[in-house]
Amino acid sequence: MSVVIKAENISKQYRLGMVGTGTIKDDLKRWYYNVRGKEDPFLKIGDANDRSSKGDSDYVWSLRDINFEINQGDSVGIIGRNGAGKSTLLKILSQVTQPTTGKIYTKGRIASLLEVGTGFHPEMTGRENIFLNGAILGMRKHEIIRKFDEIVDFSGVERYIDTPVKRYSSGMYVRLAFAVAAHLESEILIVDEVLAVGDAEFQKKCLGKMSDVSKGEGRTVLFVSHNIGAVNTLTNKCMYLRNGNLIEYDTTDKIIPIYLNDDLNNIRGLKEFDNTPNLNENKPIQLTKCRFSIANDIVEVEVEYVVRKSVGSVVALQIINAKEVSIITLIDTDRDSDIFKRSEGSYMVKFTLPLSILAPDIFKITLSFSDMKSERFDYHRDILVFEKNNTDANLTRDGIIFSDPKLIGETKKLYLGN
Amino acid sequence: MNQNNENWDLVIKGKTNLFDLRLKEVWRYRDLLRMFIRRDFVTVYKQTILGPLWFFIQPIITTLTFTIIFGNLAKIPTDGAPKLIFYMSGITIWGYFSTCLVDVSKVFISNSAIFGKVYFPRLIMPLTIIISNLMKFGVQFIMFLCFFAYFYNQGTIHPNLWVFFLPFILLIMAVMSMGIGLILSSLTTKYRDLTMLIAFGIQLFMYATPIIYPLSTVPEKYKWIVQLNPLVPIFEYMRYAYLGVGNFQITSLVYSVVFSIVILALGVVIFNKVQKSFMDTV
Repeated sequence: MSVVIKAENISKQYRLGMVGTGTIKDDLKRWYYNVRGKEDPFLKIGDANDRSSKGDSDYVWSLRDINFEINQGDSVGIIGRNGAGKSTLLKILSQVTQPTTGKIYTKGRIASLLEVGTGFHPEMTGRENIFLNGAILGMRKHEIIRKFDEIVDFSGVERYIDTPVKRYSSGMYVRLAFAVAAHLESEILIVDEVLAVGDAEFQKKCLGKMSDVSKGEGRTVLFVSHNIGAVNTLTNKCMYLRNGNLIEYDTTDKIIPIYLNDDLNNIRGLKEFDNTPNLNENKPIQLTKCRFSIANDIVEVEVEYVVRKSVGSVVALQIINAKEVSIITLIDTDRDSDIFKRSEGSYMVKFTLPLSILAPDIFKITLSFSDMKSERFDYHRDILVFEKNNTDANLTRDGIIFSDPKLIGETKKLYLGN
Repeated sequence: MNQNNENWDLVIKGKTNLFDLRLKEVWRYRDLLRMFIRRDFVTVYKQTILGPLWFFIQPIITTLTFTIIFGNLAKIPTDGAPKLIFYMSGITIWGYFSTCLVDVSKVFISNSAIFGKVYFPRLIMPLTIIISNLMKFGVQFIMFLCFFAYFYNQGTIHPNLWVFFLPFILLIMAVMSMGIGLILSSLTTKYRDLTMLIAFGIQLFMYATPIIYPLSTVPEKYKWIVQLNPLVPIFEYMRYAYLGVGNFQITSLVYSVVFSIVILALGVVIFNKVQKSFMDTV
């Protein structure tokens, strides 16, 4: 197994706040140190990248001393909470930005899919865009010509190939864009959350293509996603980043439990959430408080909110399990939010759900106030957490919905025989 | 670190040599350059009512304005050439130079979305601008040739064989505008105010260049200052070759050539340094 990517002490520093004020001053200082042959003074300072605590310095380290080696044919997932430095690492690898210190050695062509459809021009036809996008991603014209039919076939938009892409539905757009990228002949493929769009069928197709790429064709894939399920199926190794540091780098089945455990430890045991310190007079509708309780096998969530301006909005409560699978969404009204314009004042809504239907797991609750179409008035992710313990260790079944032992299928013997 | 002796294809690192320009890579991406130019060709007329007519309207109106204000009201001499064609000759090539310069200077800002997503040699973008703008120039030059033919028939202008030298002059302008544009683009990523200054500065610079007046009207005492402007020989060439007026000297053209090459080299080096980290500042 040969090493295709080798990173040595990769660090990336960002400057916070307004670029512009004080830039010239810092630049001159940096230049003055440089002229005298000294080290950049700003490299010595800087906080670890932790959003929740307010740092003293204007400079933060988005990545700090990252070292790793990736072998050819490996499929590596990069996981971590938002702001852990995943995207920064991918940006450095795909040469969009450069590291502040350190070096990365690579072998073979790198293709990055930081966002599909980069450089698509809405006025040009699908055909023209395949060539343009392919060229942007580093393909030569003859390569694209050779792969053209395959690309069109994979995307499934043959009928519209000579139509400007501005007439495409967003799904078709993404299909075409992913198709081009998936047919790149590169030794290393970098993928960042491209699967967030497109329908389930196409997502499956993309995942299939990606696993072909890594397993079948022996190419190296780096994959960033919040979808732990996808990371689990697609990768054999995983990097876990937290606040810009590489916590662990090992096989996927070892890393994912560490990550999930860490992730939940941060928020476990939240039974109440008080939003009153964060109230903002400009928001037409806003959460004030929510409480959670379990009694008699019923999960009960009380949500208090204030309406400052009558807008059509529904209160939605989403339950997500530890693997980031959305279990169910409860809504306070019917779907048509126009009818449910509430007048100004404070309200309380109570959601209930029988606990028995949930498979033993840890669940996170997200609340959102939106008009179900375009506008989201207030949003709170993972504010409550509860756990359903596995009361009977022998009782494990796959799935997110759980059935009571009494409700399992009935068995009847149909005929006698051996 | 014995592994570092292997043949790595690419080393990504923080500090790179100032002269590591990776021009070979630009050549490898020549298909992309072709695609971008094609894109510009294909999409330029889309969803406009007058389409390519816009290319004509602007220089014609500018020419007429100049003829009326500077020619008829201010009565600035034109070395004896007909006013209309005198102004038009200057405006046509100035249009190419200034558009290239302004567009190149904004290359990081207008392409930040795509630059932030995918890597390709950034020099491809300025090159695209320089070449795509030739199309616009070509259209305007054809219009100039129509007026040129009309005045030639009347016998009021006296072109000579130098007219066929134009492609070389265009090359000098392309190199020069790209060089200056690259330097400015590198500064605008950090100091955004410069974009305002450039738009304003290019207007002022037009008056420092003999476009609305011939070099011969500049007092002898100050002539050397005006001649420091490397664009002067280009405009004097245009009048000399196509209208048969003015004092065009091959020696001053050599100055323009040297200036362009130096400024382009400088521009490419600075651009190359900035392009690696501009995503963090833009």
